[in-house]
Amino acid sequence: MIPVSWFVVLTLFLFSIGALGFIVRRNVIIMLICIEIMLNAVNISLVAFGRALEHTVAHVLVFFVIAVAAAEAAIGLALVVLLFKKTREVHMDEFRLLKG
Amino acid sequence: MEALLSKLVFLYLAVVLIATSILVITNRNAVHAVLWMLVMFFHQAVLFITLDAEFLAAIQIIVYAGAVLVLFLFVVYMINLRTELKIKNFMDFWPAAILVSIALLILIAKGVGSLKLPSPVGDMTPERILAEGHGKVLGKALFTEHILSFEVVGVLLLVAVLGAIVLTRRIRMKGEEA
Repeated sequence: MIPVSWFVVLTLFLFSIGALGFIVRRNVIIMLICIEIMLNAVNISLVAFGRALEHTVAHVLVFFVIAVAAAEAAIGLALVVLLFKKTREVHMDEFRLLKG
Repeated sequence: MEALLSKLVFLYLAVVLIATSILVITNRNAVHAVLWMLVMFFHQAVLFITLDAEFLAAIQIIVYAGAVLVLFLFVVYMINLRTELKIKNFMDFWPAAILVSIALLILIAKGVGSLKLPSPVGDMTPERILAEGHGKVLGKALFTEHILSFEVVGVLLLVAVLGAIVLTRRIRMKGEEA
């Protein structure tokens, strides 16, 4: 049996990489993909904790996280398409409407 | 011997997961990034199987690799910018962002460093999973204890579908006017 701490370390690295990608990438689609990476990183540690504590609630939570991630991807991509049709642009640093 | 083998499998999966996620965030081409994401999802499903969560592995592949990534690919193809391959794909402040990311890593590591797991509290023992199957154990918990959350997630997905349709419908009407 692999200790839970190994899974936590893996989660840490994946989450940091996802956060880094979310901060540095200019492309909105890649930013949404980075959100998926972060959600998946958390899923890994939830499954590992549920397995170690032998409790079903963590696995049920992973189920809900996957459902919410699917909804978030659908809405997010619809917004990206909307932005692209409006401005012909998918780069985050080009949107300056709120800056005035 | 068996313990060594499972550790080797875990290390392989961890290395591939981290390598593919780095490839995703550094790749210039959005299509390549989505395909590396697919490799990452498959390895994560195998990781779930090594944790006796075969139902979650199945929905990981069906929902993520089957539905979400296809959605991403469609949008990438729809708005694929040819100029994307020539211009810079990182923000100007990327060295500072790497520092922030490492600081985040250290902070969370400090936070969970003193973690001590209690003894197992639930009833999802390996013997029960072996006897009934992970899907049945999860389904029993889902449809008795968490039935309200399950219904709410159904409404949430409905709202998301309606939202996506309404948002894209407005675009088409604008296109007709122009």
